[in-house]
Amino acid sequence: MPTRRRALLVNLILLLAAALSIVLALGAGSLKVAPGDVIAALAGEGDGMAAEVVRNLRLPRALAAFACGGLLALAGTLMQVLLRNPLADPYVLGVSGGAAVGALLAMLFSLPLLLMHGGAFAGALCAVLLVFGLARGDGSWTQTRLLLTGVIVAAGAAAVVALILSVAPEQKLRGMLFWLMGDLSHAATPWPALIVLALGLAAALPMARDLNLLARGDLVAKSFGVGVGKLRGAIYVLASLLTAIAVTTAGSIGFIGLIVPHLVRLAAGNDQRLLLPAATLAGGALLVCADTLARTAVAPQQLPVGVLTALLGVPVFLYLLSRQPDMGKT
Amino acid sequence: MSEIRLDVEGLAVEIGGQTLVRDLGFRLAAGERLAVLGRNGAGKTTLLHSLAGLRAPSAGRIALCGDALPGLTPTQIAQRRGLLLQHQLDAFPASVLETALIGRHPWLGRWQWESRADEALAREALRAVGLDAFALRDVHTLSGGERQRLAIATLLTQAPQLALLDEPLSHLDLNHQVAVLDLFSRQVREAGLAVVMVLHDINLALRHADRALLLFGDGRHVIGPVAEVMQAELLSQLYGHPLRELADGERRYLVPG
Repeated sequence: MPTRRRALLVNLILLLAAALSIVLALGAGSLKVAPGDVIAALAGEGDGMAAEVVRNLRLPRALAAFACGGLLALAGTLMQVLLRNPLADPYVLGVSGGAAVGALLAMLFSLPLLLMHGGAFAGALCAVLLVFGLARGDGSWTQTRLLLTGVIVAAGAAAVVALILSVAPEQKLRGMLFWLMGDLSHAATPWPALIVLALGLAAALPMARDLNLLARGDLVAKSFGVGVGKLRGAIYVLASLLTAIAVTTAGSIGFIGLIVPHLVRLAAGNDQRLLLPAATLAGGALLVCADTLARTAVAPQQLPVGVLTALLGVPVFLYLLSRQPDMGKT
Repeated sequence: MSEIRLDVEGLAVEIGGQTLVRDLGFRLAAGERLAVLGRNGAGKTTLLHSLAGLRAPSAGRIALCGDALPGLTPTQIAQRRGLLLQHQLDAFPASVLETALIGRHPWLGRWQWESRADEALAREALRAVGLDAFALRDVHTLSGGERQRLAIATLLTQAPQLALLDEPLSHLDLNHQVAVLDLFSRQVREAGLAVVMVLHDINLALRHADRALLLFGDGRHVIGPVAEVMQAELLSQLYGHPLRELADGERRYLVPG
């Protein structure tokens, strides 16, 4: 039985977990800072080097990680409902492919960082518009058509990315590969991503119960009075926009958008009213942890965070799947 | 109980440019059961979806509980009529109780959650179809017939005034076929539900419907009380297969000849 109390409880726990992950991230690194000092630094007290590092270096990066993780998990949850396919992730419709083409072109021509972000966002939007326009072509707007169009556009983008990589000079290849695997060290400021995340969640939550029905099929949703056409258009645009912002901030970080919705679903059920905020918080917390590991595990060498998300996410996911819990327990 | 739940006038239904039903008109009052019969592809499901307001008819007018369909919002429509779909599909895991509770969707405000009363209604519906012990089971663990009964429980939880049933007996074993028809007959008698049901079993239709609508698939149709319409000759034409009538006291049976 889904109840509001349970949803609030689960999300409160995840909120605490997210806060804890950020405090840990701010303390970890070549310069270790105790949790008490981290909180003091955040409160504006203390102005030693530790406080500077926490406030100016680690906080923006941790917030960016949280925002990107949240964006990807929320977008993944929406895409899985939109395509009614548990294998869908934020990138399945080619958003990250478009962004990669834009970002890598900017890198190829040695454009400044700002233009790289601009290129990524423009590429993502181009892919979104292309898929939207082509899939709507005959007005049928079925999810098979949408999925096929998206997958084909993504494949096209992947080919262009491979082309760029093959003609790029050697000293640029490393940066390009890191971008493709997802890397938060380019994240300039966390605020656009955080604001879009808050707005996106606020836009998705009122649709949550409608999404519960949409997940059971278009006809079912229609028969219970859900305006399916408008709803699907809205979540497509929303999920694409969230993904575009995440990819622009940190490159295409894999697995978060696919695995986090499933993790939360396995643990807490598929009620979107609980799942949407819970996946957002869990995705954010997970990416903060992964990014902290990525920059501390083999310091001073930094690993691309996308590698860590996969290495962390895959075993956890396989474990949960093999446990086969009683998923009807609510 | 003579209020009109469904009022159809000059209705035409076509699919892919082919007219399946032409100039159909009838009124269905509270407490009435209409069986829809016809061959595969005769337009039974398409007609039912048109009556449910899911697809616009190519001509004609449909009024639901006194109001013309285009004037009602999707939510208002879903509060008045329930539609049992031919196929149930579950992409994601969900419990049986949660699935029955989606019937409350049209009755809840945007931020409202299911209340104790809603849960009681869903549990009552599950009891009515014999699934009360399964409330916490995952829908993926149900058999085809159990899944079908769950869909019926969801419709009962929705508590509509008009039930549009697309093959309500599919996947059901014999005792559940009769139990489901008895269940709806009881709702019809006691709660004044009106029922339109697509059936394939002629003899169950004879016993559990008041009127029958025969769709020939080329625009022609016949509608009338079952005793008049469901005759061997007409049904032989309908199915393109000879049928003959057997009598057992008062009861008539139509069997393939």
